[in-house]
Amino acid sequence: MYPPYLEENIQQVEATRVRRLLETMPCFTDEEKTALLQQYHPDYIRESMRQLQVGVNKGDSTPRELADLLEGNSRINPDKIDLRHIDYNVDILVIGCGGAGASAALLAHENGAKVLMATKLRLGDANTVGAQAGTQAADRPGDSPAIHYLDTMGGGHFANIPELVEVLVKDAPSAIRWLERLGVNWDKDSDGSMHELSGGGTSKRRLHSARDYTGLEEMRVLRDELRNREIDYLEFAPVIELILDDRGQIAGAVLVNLETEAVIIVRAKAVVMATGGIGRLHIQGFPTTNHYGATADGLVLAYRAGAELVFIDTMQYHPTGAAYPLPILGQLVTEKVRTLGAQLVNCDGEQFVMPLEPRDIVASAIIRECRERQLGLDTPTGESGVWLDSPMIDIIRGEGTIAQELPAMVRQFRRHNIDITREPMLVYPTLHYQNGGIKIDTSGATTVPGLFAAGECTGGVHGRNRLIGNSTLELFVFGRRAGQAAAQYTEEVKRGSPTLEHVRRWQQELEQADLSGIRSVSPRLLPSYARRTHGQPESIASLD
Amino acid sequence: MAEKARLIDIYIMGRRCLVPEGLTILTALEYCGYRMIRGCGCRAGFCGACATIYNFKNDPQLRYDLACQKTVEPDMYLVQVPFFPAVKALYNLEKMETTGEQIKALYPDLVKCYGCNTCTKSCPQELEVMWFVSDALRGDIREVANKSFDCLMCGLCAARCPQGLVPYNIAMLCRRLYGRYLSNNSQHLDDRINEIEAGKFDAEIDKLKGTEGKELRRMYTERDIEPALEQYWD
Repeated sequence: MYPPYLEENIQQVEATRVRRLLETMPCFTDEEKTALLQQYHPDYIRESMRQLQVGVNKGDSTPRELADLLEGNSRINPDKIDLRHIDYNVDILVIGCGGAGASAALLAHENGAKVLMATKLRLGDANTVGAQAGTQAADRPGDSPAIHYLDTMGGGHFANIPELVEVLVKDAPSAIRWLERLGVNWDKDSDGSMHELSGGGTSKRRLHSARDYTGLEEMRVLRDELRNREIDYLEFAPVIELILDDRGQIAGAVLVNLETEAVIIVRAKAVVMATGGIGRLHIQGFPTTNHYGATADGLVLAYRAGAELVFIDTMQYHPTGAAYPLPILGQLVTEKVRTLGAQLVNCDGEQFVMPLEPRDIVASAIIRECRERQLGLDTPTGESGVWLDSPMIDIIRGEGTIAQELPAMVRQFRRHNIDITREPMLVYPTLHYQNGGIKIDTSGATTVPGLFAAGECTGGVHGRNRLIGNSTLELFVFGRRAGQAAAQYTEEVKRGSPTLEHVRRWQQELEQADLSGIRSVSPRLLPSYARRTHGQPESIASLD
Repeated sequence: MAEKARLIDIYIMGRRCLVPEGLTILTALEYCGYRMIRGCGCRAGFCGACATIYNFKNDPQLRYDLACQKTVEPDMYLVQVPFFPAVKALYNLEKMETTGEQIKALYPDLVKCYGCNTCTKSCPQELEVMWFVSDALRGDIREVANKSFDCLMCGLCAARCPQGLVPYNIAMLCRRLYGRYLSNNSQHLDDRINEIEAGKFDAEIDKLKGTEGKELRRMYTERDIEPALEQYWD
């Protein structure tokens, strides 16, 4: 239930609804987009960034919150770790078990490798399960991978790495079929053809969905298959450092049991990094849609081992995070709401942006509406937002559409006595996705031999802004490629002797830059949400 | 903001704590100094990690929910469910039949359901769990898939079943069988995969890859945009 003053404003939204049903907002021109982004997109706030002072990307700008961790101190003292004490000896260690890690593990296993998965939380706890709207693949007759390519490049402001986009769009239909063969239930019309929708920045309807539980459906199927194939996995066991060998190749990883704090040594010929996103660093203080473990660990680990990062100065702020009520602040209101026909309107009940522009554009337009034009609405707790007029969906597509297509959204708001079939939602941008990350080639190989990467922890596929439905797609396309390539690599690699020398060198580099004393330890592992009183120390941070 | 809210009493594993009204069970635990390791996942109602059981100081009736979604109420007694052992059958999806016998062969406990409906009452997603268990008994895989679709696999149904059934894993099996064998095939998907494998789009994509920024921008701006709602207007 909204407070009375918001209920009153909803009458404005209702008053303009009939007119708006026939009103089409024009797309912004190229110049308008550039100006809008530069003035309002959080990526363009220069004070929020800092240049890295150490490592491969020295001199590159990145948000301060990430810079602190990339320049962080190791959690281990190499002199106290005995690498001869091996707990697990495998061909491939997959770090992270969301959509990308699971896909990589399945393909590596299929290609004959002995695989171990390690995850910080439970198997399948990842941003993948929170992906609601769908997965892109250009498989309808009027569509083509070439058009998908153009949409993706345009959405990313043409900064994307073309070769990565090419495999993304070409592999897309076979990724969809792979998932279907594994038992994913896609939304279909009665003749079996896929029921596909448009999204922001897609010029064709090509989003494959599973109600608004798409990522959950994909993840639970992959997780079930991992268990069927009896692929080993360690839960609550994050990696805290990679192990290299004297040839500079990947040789394994140092893990920690999150509950007992016992150290675990894994020897592996190859590692697939699939640790996902960054939202829990709350860049610029934004709330986030991300899961509890999204703390950029993979970037930190790979960077310290010498891997190059790309596009680390660009984050995605999803245009529609919940601004009200407080218990769900910043949680995702899926783009599918706009895909189905809902418009964004200000406190006068007027539209101010074409609802299916790419995400960075819509987010910037909402920020402008609230901050500059003062046409947003304030919540009782001081947040601001604009209306996302969901009841339009049932008017356009028929009574019951919202209930059928958006059960998760209906459920989430109903808990707070808001019926989204009858009343709009109040929304504001929320930190959603890390556009950049570890640099990979089309096989998922990074610049460190034996280190592969896939999914949100990588960069290049999306350029400076990701399109809806390209993130889940990326998980399966590059997860599968990385798993396969890693398996191939382990058959050929000649192993050296394992060492943590790179960690010693890293610490020296920090000393020389006068950073070791002022930076905390990293990777972060978990955010610090527990309220601390009386100067109580953090336990996991003290791990020695 | 939260600090200004009215404070209420809750009981975390028996210990009385004073927390601001309006917090979720999860954020209330954190407010009281608990650093979550287990019992916390997506924090948005999608992963099922924070399955929670609670009742009230003067009302022993157990309730079930997700800690990240449920807001605290005065005199709640709270505990998180860190882990619950549940049977998961192992199978090769490529060698399956879509019959009730197949489901019973993998989950023989299914026949022990005596319809107490505790599973339904314990579902934080408010799914008709007992009904899809009975659909599974009858071999109606389509109905199980449909009714169980919004299942987060939080495990509360299995934790509460007096007969030891694992409804969420039975439903998982049925949904996979439905997706793999019973939903109609998408001809256009197969056609497109064949076209890609035959190299039909290679030249066009190569050309796009070789197109300079300015020209690519023009092509992007002028590309044909399919109406999002077209199919619904007639």
